[in-house]
Amino acid sequence: MERIPILRMGEYLLVTIQVDMHDQLALTLQDDLTAAITRYGAHGVLIDISSLEMVDSFIGRMISNIANMSRILDAETVVVGMQPAVAITLVELGLSLPGVRTALNVDRGMRLLGALRHASPAEVADDRSEA
Amino acid sequence: MAQQTESKISRIIDQQESDILADWTRQLAGGRARSSGSIPEAQLRSEAGEFLNLLRRAVRKSVDDVNGADWQPVREVLGSISRSRGTQGFTPSETAMFVFSLKKPLMARIAAEHGKDAEGLAADTERLTTILDQLGLYTTEIFQLGREDVIRRQQQDMLELSTPVVKLWDGVLALPMIGTLDSSRTQIVMESLLQRIVETGAQLAIIDITGVPTVDTLTAQHLLKTVTAARLMGAECIISGIRPQIAQTIVHLGVELNGVTTKATLADAFAVALQRLGLVISRANHKS
Repeated sequence: MERIPILRMGEYLLVTIQVDMHDQLALTLQDDLTAAITRYGAHGVLIDISSLEMVDSFIGRMISNIANMSRILDAETVVVGMQPAVAITLVELGLSLPGVRTALNVDRGMRLLGALRHASPAEVADDRSEA
Repeated sequence: MAQQTESKISRIIDQQESDILADWTRQLAGGRARSSGSIPEAQLRSEAGEFLNLLRRAVRKSVDDVNGADWQPVREVLGSISRSRGTQGFTPSETAMFVFSLKKPLMARIAAEHGKDAEGLAADTERLTTILDQLGLYTTEIFQLGREDVIRRQQQDMLELSTPVVKLWDGVLALPMIGTLDSSRTQIVMESLLQRIVETGAQLAIIDITGVPTVDTLTAQHLLKTVTAARLMGAECIISGIRPQIAQTIVHLGVELNGVTTKATLADAFAVALQRLGLVISRANHKS
């Protein structure tokens, strides 16, 4: 079965979505990722969606769900590389992904994860409160 | 009978073309003195001559059907004349007068030609009136279309002019918005901003609404959409240039701007942006 690979980088997990997501693929990813976070005890998840060209409301909700699930499992999630068209679509669909952290590219996302990991919770909340 | 009278209009123009033309140009020149526009007399004469020549040929082929293929050249010439009048700022009636002032010279000659034949005179008069009225209406229509073209082009220009995305600093973009924000404009603004964020890798975008005259719920919603879309891409937005009245309106409308940094002036927003990037502005330490 088709799967999205989950790569382990130190204490972070890297998920790169290189194909167009369909519903089953998203559900599989949700299972795999939550399992992987528990198995490796990961503290951060980076989801790169720069190759994702199309989203619908289901995929949008899945991204939001996956991010929230990871947070419950004590792993901060950063979604990086969203295309302008995808961002506009999500906003028009009314999915503003509250609580999901975003960054422009993988590099920035890794830096943000590092900052989140090493900053105190209060400082982090203050830093991102405007987002 | 009908055939006979038809050939008369055509014959009149055939035989007395230069006379009619002279009369007509005199009329046009007379009208011109009163009107605001200024078309050189030579140009007026050449336009009139061309039109009369084409009219003569068209009348010879068919008298009734102004919208038919036989009248195509006449309509084309008339169209280009009205368009040029339109762009030069003439009024529609001044443009239509070009055709209507031909009525008098032609009518006089038709009357002279028919003499005592009242029936023929009536039939020809009616035909001529119908033709010229339709052509006059046609000029107005083309004139209107020309004006609409101008308006459309200006709208397009305004759209392009009023949505620039400028780079203030490495990683800081500014979007000075000018004019009313409607859905189509916001769409363009949002797209160009997001595109520039991708291109420049900017982390902060300042949306300055100093030039936006009024903010209603729809405008606020559009703004929030833009802010959210930018956030989804990993860039933060600051809204600046909020005037006192607009701040009042926003609160009275109950618009939630929670989670969006707002500043009164672009300078304040820029200061915040620099602070976020960990940059400091300091006075140059020059010795004088």
